[in-house]
Amino acid sequence: MSGRDGFGHVLRAEWTKLRTVRGWVFGLVAAALVIVLMGLFAAAASTVSCSGPDGKPCAGSTPTRGPGGEPVVDAFSFAHRSFTGDGSITARVTSLSAVSSSDGGTPVADTQPWTKGGVIIKESTTPGSPYAALTLTGGHGVRLQHNFTGDIAGTLDALPSWLRLTRSGDTITGHESADGGTWHLVGTVRLPGLPQTVRAGLFATSPHHEVLTESFASTSGTSYPTMATAEFDRIGLQGSWPDRTWTRGTVGGRGGGAVEVTADGVTVRGEGDIAPIVAGRGGLGKTVEGRLVGAFAGLIAVIVVAATFMTSEYRRGLIRTSLTASPRRGRVLAAKSAVIGAVTFVTGLVAALVAVPLVRAVEEDKGFFLFPVPTAVEVRVIVGTAALLSVAAVLSLAVGTVLRRSAGAVAVVIVAIVLPYILAIASVLPTGPSDWLLRITPAAAFAVQQSLPEYQQVTASYAPADGYFPLSPLGGFAVLCGYAAVALGVAVFVLRRRDA
Amino acid sequence: MKEALRVEWTKLRTLPGTGWLLAAVVLLTVALGVVASSAVACSGVGCGQDPAKISLTGIAFGQAVVAVLAVLAVGGEYGTGMIRVTFAALPRRSTVLVAKAAVVGALVLVAGAVAVLVSVLAGRLILPGNGFTEAHGHAVLSLADGPVVRAAVGSVLYLVLVGLLSVGVATVVRDAAAAIGVVLGLLYLFPIVAAVVSDPDWFRRLQRISPMTAGLAVQATTDLAALPISPWAGLGVLGLWAAGALLVGGLVLRLRDA
Repeated sequence: MSGRDGFGHVLRAEWTKLRTVRGWVFGLVAAALVIVLMGLFAAAASTVSCSGPDGKPCAGSTPTRGPGGEPVVDAFSFAHRSFTGDGSITARVTSLSAVSSSDGGTPVADTQPWTKGGVIIKESTTPGSPYAALTLTGGHGVRLQHNFTGDIAGTLDALPSWLRLTRSGDTITGHESADGGTWHLVGTVRLPGLPQTVRAGLFATSPHHEVLTESFASTSGTSYPTMATAEFDRIGLQGSWPDRTWTRGTVGGRGGGAVEVTADGVTVRGEGDIAPIVAGRGGLGKTVEGRLVGAFAGLIAVIVVAATFMTSEYRRGLIRTSLTASPRRGRVLAAKSAVIGAVTFVTGLVAALVAVPLVRAVEEDKGFFLFPVPTAVEVRVIVGTAALLSVAAVLSLAVGTVLRRSAGAVAVVIVAIVLPYILAIASVLPTGPSDWLLRITPAAAFAVQQSLPEYQQVTASYAPADGYFPLSPLGGFAVLCGYAAVALGVAVFVLRRRDA
Repeated sequence: MKEALRVEWTKLRTLPGTGWLLAAVVLLTVALGVVASSAVACSGVGCGQDPAKISLTGIAFGQAVVAVLAVLAVGGEYGTGMIRVTFAALPRRSTVLVAKAAVVGALVLVAGAVAVLVSVLAGRLILPGNGFTEAHGHAVLSLADGPVVRAAVGSVLYLVLVGLLSVGVATVVRDAAAAIGVVLGLLYLFPIVAAVVSDPDWFRRLQRISPMTAGLAVQATTDLAALPISPWAGLGVLGLWAAGALLVGGLVLRLRDA
């Protein structure tokens, strides 16, 4: 086989076609531009909703940060002592409940699923400092939680429950027991760099009661505080505990709690939570995917270019020349897909790499809280966005091959990818059907942009409109790839069967 | 003008795709409306849902087909070079544009009316089973009810205006694929950008100028005070977009070579 018939030759022919048609180059440049410009516009048209006295953002938009830099709520009542070196704290929880008064009247029983009461070892009483806590909860049994994001389930869910935290260096181990005799390991966590002397003791806290009502295009919520009461007895301290008595206090929050020390135990009342803050819609901060909102506009431009990259061959009759030059039709389609896929990937990648830091600079300048995400996640969002554009382009090319009409192909692909997303985030559909739309349609691929994790230990709305997708980033992206693969398969089939 | 109308009507009528596209407008609009009506439930009094809006959700889908139909009526002629023949036969270009807009508008009016009627009927049959009952404060969806009539008529007009907007855009862009991209971009991108903008003024502004969000305000029958723009004014915004596109289209048609 001579070099002229090789795949490389077909690739070069397709690449030459793409780069020499002015409209396509213009379309790709436009795609990159709108990705950057729309991101900048969205940031420019946003304001920090509350500002403090000197024009600085107020407390509400500069939340407490946990050890990982993530925004957290760290508010609870605390009966604590100084604790040096290795040792353990054991306590029996005899009662855990919470009350609330939504209208300011008489409090009524209102225990939340994540009402907490248990033992805790914490670096200091400064909100946001590292900790490990073994706690009974209102609805999720015994949990070993640490540094706000860690959450390990125990096996017990009963009263009374015995809880024990043991420190050994920077390792904290949690044990639970129903009777104080046989102990069961819940888990072991590491708190790197935990100082020799820490605060340890008994705590109670209870998150807000959230009432979410879904109506079209918005979830309106009301929430009001709840107050937890946890009673402890059989308290045992091992190791070096220099303080003679419990120090009563609250960490963070509004300080509405109380600690009562009786002859045989301690009762702690507290409100707040020890948990990461969930972004939510119109929430307190800006995310990576928000900086890439222009990807939707870029996507439309890319879909137009990719569809016409194929359909214009039919319109001009060039397809007959292409297929004469390279009679293996599947190979022509493969070359076209490779060229359009690669070019749109690079276009998307360059645009995303420019847009993200630029938009972040604007957001920082305006004083927004920026949700910190690990570099790996940020890379995944940026590369994923480029890959989304690329696979959507291949899908568009394949649909264009099957339909042979540009208008129809462009409309089908835009509607398939963008409409389900709009229906999911801004329509009458409630969360359930919205989730399904983002599972089974190509719009599932936008999951690749989700940068914030769902926290099982926080009750919140994790709907598509809040930026949470039902599928994992890769899973969602795979759905789009599946559609593109099927479309390519059908395209190869009809290209072989039909006359050109 | 009468001749121009007849010419455009003959061209559009004899295209093989037109009948299919009109059928698709009805089918897809009704299908999504039925899915939405089956998916949304009303759990009690004040469930905050709008039955008319739910049953007419399909318009968001049907409008894409309307855009294809309208764009092809113009862009198709540019694709094949037919446009030069048309202008040789009818040298007054603005007349041709008006005739095209009128024929597309009339076809969409008919298809849209069927789609909306069936959607409302489907909603009337399905929604009471999902808790949209008198007991929960929702009367059965009926075209004897003023706001429901407004939502239904408004939705038909919405589709017609989307068709006119598409005719205008296609005349300016002269390429069917690019025109579809522009029209669907105009319709679909505003709600997405509005969702990430956190300034309440800008959010409202975007909703008011968005052809889709403002235009579909005409479907609301409950909680009108919470709308970003009043129902008819919202449809007027879409009307302005359509008029603007047609105007620019007419202008460039005069100035450019075909």
